[in-house]
Amino acid sequence: MFDGIQKGLREALGKLRGRGRLSAENIREGLREVRRAFLEADVNFNVTNDFIARVEEQAVGQDVLERVNPADQIVKIVFDELVGLMGPVDHKIPVFKDRPAILMMCGLQGAGKTTTCGKLALKLRDQGRRPLLVAADLQRPAAVDQLKVLGEQIKVPVFSEATSPVQVCKNAVAFAKQNSLDVIILDTAGRLQIDKELMDELNEIDRQVQPDHVYLVVDAMIGQEAVNVAKTFNDALTLNGTILTKLDGDARGGAALSIKAITGVQIKFIGVGEKLQALEEFRPESMASRIMGQGDLMGLVEKVQQIQSQVSEEDLKKQQEALEKGQFTLDDFRMHFQNIQKMGMKDMIGRMPGMAEMIPEGEDPEVALKRVQGMIDSMTKKERNDPDVIDAGRRRRIATGSGVQSHEVTQFLKQFDTVRALMKQMMSMSVWQRIKMVTGMTKMGAFNPGNEGMLKTKGNTGHRKSAKERAEERKKKKKKR
Amino acid sequence: MFGSLFTKIKKSLARTRDVFTGVVDLFRGRGKVDKVFLAELEKRLYLADVGGFAVGVIVDRVRQAFQDKEVSEDVQTFVKQQLREMLSDPSPGISYAPSGPTVVMIVGVNGSGKTTTIAKLAHRLKADGKKVLVAACDTYRAAAVEQLTVWCQRIDCDIVKNAQGSDPASVAHDACEKAKARGFDVAIVDTAGRLHTQAHLMRELEKIHKVVTRQVEGAPHETLMVLDATTGQNAVTQAEMFSKSVKCTGIVLTKLDGSAKGGAIFAIKQKVGLPVKYIGVGESMEDLEPFDPDSYVEALFS
Repeated sequence: MFDGIQKGLREALGKLRGRGRLSAENIREGLREVRRAFLEADVNFNVTNDFIARVEEQAVGQDVLERVNPADQIVKIVFDELVGLMGPVDHKIPVFKDRPAILMMCGLQGAGKTTTCGKLALKLRDQGRRPLLVAADLQRPAAVDQLKVLGEQIKVPVFSEATSPVQVCKNAVAFAKQNSLDVIILDTAGRLQIDKELMDELNEIDRQVQPDHVYLVVDAMIGQEAVNVAKTFNDALTLNGTILTKLDGDARGGAALSIKAITGVQIKFIGVGEKLQALEEFRPESMASRIMGQGDLMGLVEKVQQIQSQVSEEDLKKQQEALEKGQFTLDDFRMHFQNIQKMGMKDMIGRMPGMAEMIPEGEDPEVALKRVQGMIDSMTKKERNDPDVIDAGRRRRIATGSGVQSHEVTQFLKQFDTVRALMKQMMSMSVWQRIKMVTGMTKMGAFNPGNEGMLKTKGNTGHRKSAKERAEERKKKKKKR
Repeated sequence: MFGSLFTKIKKSLARTRDVFTGVVDLFRGRGKVDKVFLAELEKRLYLADVGGFAVGVIVDRVRQAFQDKEVSEDVQTFVKQQLREMLSDPSPGISYAPSGPTVVMIVGVNGSGKTTTIAKLAHRLKADGKKVLVAACDTYRAAAVEQLTVWCQRIDCDIVKNAQGSDPASVAHDACEKAKARGFDVAIVDTAGRLHTQAHLMRELEKIHKVVTRQVEGAPHETLMVLDATTGQNAVTQAEMFSKSVKCTGIVLTKLDGSAKGGAIFAIKQKVGLPVKYIGVGESMEDLEPFDPDSYVEALFS
């Protein structure tokens, strides 16, 4: 699999450390790596070349810092350039007092328009708006049915009639006014951008219904074609934004950069799963990491925030207080895991750098989680509040109770210890530091409890400690917390 | 017969050709096969989504064979031949079961065009005089079963289905039973679109595969991965992952009637060993053609 840009860069630029300045010659190898990564991520060929030229321009002349790897220096330039090019993003959806806002969705066949319409409607509904879905795709068999089913699932009204796409849209606007719905989402038929007839139909809707925003829905897996697609649709309709779908796969989504660079149209939202909640606001930072193959750090942070907002206010407050005092207990830990499960494990794991490799081959992350839950559930309240009391006897009981080996319990408790320490540290950190921290945690296997041999917490003490010493150490540790 | 087919592919690849005609232009009125020439060749191939791996192979071969020689007809012939060789497939079309029903399983990511492809394939096989049964195993996506039902009515072929949300493997099971009992020649198994990164959905696919194998000897006789021609380099990973799960036997390259080139098929053939069996070249039922590498490459350059 692809290792990301950093490894190749490090190899290419390793020799440079602490030596003078970056020059066009000594970074050439490195830039070739960046270029390779971009093309592999399906960034448009011409956009890639322009981009590399800009990075080179910026890099040349910079002093090579003593304590920074020159590769990291380049990575930072690339990252900043990427973020600058793809941002800033305005996620707002227009609101009007006297009439409904009209949003029109368009895109190629199979890009995920209908599903995205449903997701967007749900998002708006959750924001307290009153959306109306409009089935203007009269081409694909059962497309109208699909939208109706989606509407039912999210309890949003769906307007449809067997007339013509233009007529449906026009009547839908009247319907929305009558029923005081304040935002209309038009689901148009998928088409090839070279199909003149269908493009004309879109134009006709555009002219007659005058949508406030037009969004292009693009499959994140799209290749070099992205540029042509975006250009054609933008020329015909003047796009207000792009929604990139299927980012829950492993496509690196270079289209995000290509589309913005060529048309100037910003990416507004991204689709990250089959569930209807899986529509997120686009963040240039996480997309940049992704194109560079570095794991989605910012996205991870957002996800964690989202999970936390799902925990009831009270729980959250309690947790926060406990965390501040450094009393992160196994109960809290269990709650965290339940929340992660709520979000869908795969989702979470895909976002953590290096995470996918950490799950043992053939091991279902959800199963691994269940095992941990089983262990926690087999503990007494006292043990959950203060895991330090768990001795050999208790450990055996817990192991029997949860059907695992006794050493697995030990393993898990060690990992929990690390997590607890990290949690405490995190409370006193800035967001950026936290992100780094989380990366560190995944590396140590903190998110993969019960996996043997991932963690080596044993310090290099030089001698085997006596029971007394161990007890003292425990006391000390407890005090520190 | 071959003539008409050729024209059709040629027509459908007209857009693809535009990019590749660029390659042809490249071969005219230039001096030597030098850095500039190779960079230009590289660019044209990249823009067709051929991808780093295959581009590297072709450019290297051209460099080795023609470095500093005059750009000529030979270079063009050479490039064409290289491309063709990279795609050649010794066993085109569908391999039928010696006796009993032939089971064709269709897999792919969301939105690649599986359902439409199945309709086209069923129509095609029906025209060949086969008795075709379709199994609607996409029980996940809203209205997927309805979509397939509409298609089946249009082409007048049998369908086995169940309610949305039911177990897809059981639908596959019922379809195999019915195919055996009623003497169907071919059973085409539709599956829900899934991203290859979703382990649990891939396991579900493996389960359907297993059920089919248990019901009909040697089945599935073909497992075709449907690939959208607009897909970029992720196509290669898709092919790898689906092959790993359900041992694909070929690719159906869809949406070639757009301006997309589907150049990822070179890397897929080279890295994963999967040949393209059919191409989708339009929205009507007739628009599925057997893939022929010769015509494909020939059409790209004519």
